[in-house]
Order: sequence, then C-alpha cells, then structure tokens
Amino acid sequence: MNAVDVQGVAKRYARVWALRDITFQIARGELVCLFGPNGSGKSTLLRILATLSRPTRGSAHAVGHSLQTEGDLVRSRIGFLGHRPQVYAELSAVENLRFAAVMYGRQAARPDLRRAVEAVGLGAVADVPVRGYSQGMVQRLALARATLHDPELLLLDEPFNALDAQGLDIMDRLLDRFAESDRTVLLATHWLDRVEGRASRVLALAAGRLVSDGPFAAAAPDRATRQGAR
Amino acid sequence: MTAQDWRRAWAVAWKDLVSERRGKTAFNAMAFFAAIVVIVFGLALGPDRPSFVAGEETLLQYLAPGLFWIAVFFAGVLAVARSFASEIEGGTLDTLRLYPGDRRALCVGKIVANCALLIVLEIALLPMVAVLYSVDLWSRLPSLMGVALLATVGFATVGTLFAAMTATLRAREVLLPVLLFPMLVPLVLAAVKATTLVLRGDMMGELAVWITLLVAFDLVFLVVGTLTFEYVLDD
Repeated sequence: MNAVDVQGVAKRYARVWALRDITFQIARGELVCLFGPNGSGKSTLLRILATLSRPTRGSAHAVGHSLQTEGDLVRSRIGFLGHRPQVYAELSAVENLRFAAVMYGRQAARPDLRRAVEAVGLGAVADVPVRGYSQGMVQRLALARATLHDPELLLLDEPFNALDAQGLDIMDRLLDRFAESDRTVLLATHWLDRVEGRASRVLALAAGRLVSDGPFAAAAPDRATRQGAR
Repeated sequence: MTAQDWRRAWAVAWKDLVSERRGKTAFNAMAFFAAIVVIVFGLALGPDRPSFVAGEETLLQYLAPGLFWIAVFFAGVLAVARSFASEIEGGTLDTLRLYPGDRRALCVGKIVANCALLIVLEIALLPMVAVLYSVDLWSRLPSLMGVALLATVGFATVGTLFAAMTATLRAREVLLPVLLFPMLVPLVLAAVKATTLVLRGDMMGELAVWITLLVAFDLVFLVVGTLTFEYVLDD
C-alpha cells in the first residue's frame, strides 16, 4: 500500500493555477524530498495532503484513505509542520503539548509530555510561556507537536528553517527514527544537503508542475546546483 | 458528539481562557470599552433628568437595561473577533483544522470561552450600572442572572459563528459587526425587554414571552452553528 497516492491533482487560487496535473506515489517507509523554487507549489501540495486545502481537480489518498471523503481518518494518522509554528504563544511547551494530546484523543500524562518536550531540547523551559522562546525553540516545539501522536506520515514544510545546530541535530535524529520505524516522510526544503543519504527520491516542482521524479543524485547532481537553489 | 469530543471542546475553551488570562488581549479592551459606554451615557443623559415615559424614574433608570446590553454586546464583538483573530495571527487556525474528530467540538469550545469572558464582563459592569444609574439590581439578581445567561449564550453562539466566517477575510473587523448585528436584533430586543420587566415588575405577564424568544434563539443558533461550523472552517 502506498503511503501517498496523488492522481492528477490541480489547485487554482482565483485565476492562478498553483498546481497542475500532479501525479506521483510514495511507498510506505520512504523519505521523499519536495524541491523547487519559491512559488513552485510545494506548500500548496503539502497543505492538500494535510487536508488543509481541497484540490480543484484530481484525487489524492494518504495512509490508505481518500483526502476528500475520509479527511478525519487521514488527519488522525498524519503529522504536519507548516511554514508557521502553529503553537500557542501564551501557553507553555507542556501546555501546548497537553492541548495537542487531548485534541488527538491521546493520554496527556505530565511525565510523557515532559519527555516529549525534553526530546526536542526544551526541558529547561518546559513551563515557560512560548512567547519568550526564540524562533528556533518555537520550531522545535512545533516539531514535537507534529509528532506527538506518532503519525504514519509526516509532512514537513521547510522544517530546517530557524533551527540552530542543536535543532538540526534533533531533526536529523527524528528523520532517522522515522526511517527505522518504517514510517513515511514528505519534506519540502531548499536544503538538499540536509537530506542527502536519507531521501530516496526528489520530486522537483516548477511553476506548479512536477518536472522530475527520481533518485536523489539525479535531481541534485552537484553541490553548486543545490547551493544555488537556496 | 462523543465523550472524546466533549473533552476536545473543554480543551479548546481551557486553551482560549488561559491564553486570555495571560495575554489579556480581548478582556482589557472590551472592559474599557464597555465602561466608557456606560460612563458616557451616564454623563450625557445626566443623573437627575426625569423620564417622561415612566413616572418617577429618572431617564437613566428608565434606559438602564438598554444601555447595559448595548455596552455588553458592542464590547462583546471585540471578544468574539479576537477569539479567531488570535488564531489567524498565530497561524494556529490550521492547527485546529488539523486535529481529527468532530469539528463541532471546536465550535462548542469557542462558544464556552466567549460566554465565560462575557459573563465576567457583565459581573464587572452590573455594579457600575447600579451605582451610576441608581438602579436597584440586587433584589432581583437571580432573575437578572437568568436573563443575562440566556442573552450571553445567544450572543456568544452567533458571534462565534460569524467571527469564524469572517476570520480569514481581509476586512473582517468591518464585516463582523455589519453581518452580526442584523442577526442579533431579536436577541437584543428580547434581552432588553426581559431585563426591563425583571427590574420594573411584570404586571402584564409578558416576561415569559421574551424568555421563550431568548431560549428559542439560543437553541436555533446552537443547532445551526454547530452543524455548519465544519463548512465554515473549510478552506
């Protein structure tokens, strides 16, 4: 069973086509990188797969369920980290995770939540309201929130943004953990270096079209090209 | 809704109220605005001006129910608008939409949080109205609280629904009151009339009619609001 199956998906905002006729599949356990310049449709595609946006045309399935008709089942089994941090500034890290746990229908025991906060290196500030955090700390908390319910499919939109060395290390460990446990990751990034050796494929988007779908080396042939895409 | 959905609703209300208690983004503004409305009307109409409609009452005593509800509802628009504006500003509306389960839980949670904020505002405003307008509220407090609760639930329900509908629009600050207040006409009318009858006595037995209207308004919009909330939240 494919973790993601996208068939002819298109998305139009007013008169602008953000995506056109996108078709691809991702097998369970794969880490796939979504690559392309700004405005190429990466975020739109991830938002559609996260059920936050409906495609104008085409159909898509994630974790074996239709996004259009079984959105609730999909939402319970995916994790999504968007452009913006998606955490509550007035709540502490533990409170943010407790809220997320209840919303996902999970147990919200304080020791478990503390462990999740410590896993992203925020143990020392676990009870401090998020408004006092740096951007990188907020991003790490958002990552903890997105993975709190052990999703089968993780959708990450520019996850390396704002992360410092410790944050990047945490992200690397998370991606390794996902790979080991046969879960699927679709990750949009300009930092191809960060996923080299982990990503099995690169889907390249340009102007809303899927222009290539192939192994990592074929999509990003040399370091200079990758640096230039940033 | 299942037991889990009720837990979700409570979590949303808890999250909103804790955020508001710490940030005080809505309550300070609405309390200040409501207090200004009550004081300005008090000064403009004067404490001793007689009412030519209601015998020995002063004009302020006669108008007190209407002025109280104007202050509460106008200030309440700030609260319901903030409940979604803060989600948009923080990017957390997407987070709410990402959670599985019945979307009605989000609606109920938001309504409960907005009701709680409005009730705190009313508790703060009532003594002010009693003192400034020389109105004896205390002997009729239980009945007054009943009317206030029904009116508050109705306002919070319609307000939450319309705030969600306009949350992603560019001109939401303008559109929300423009769309909301025409819908609130029956509620405002019933709240003012019922409050007046509670304070002045119900000699013609009219109170039951206005209470029925308040209950019907609450029920209709609770049902419509919770049933349509899923589509309101959709992209």
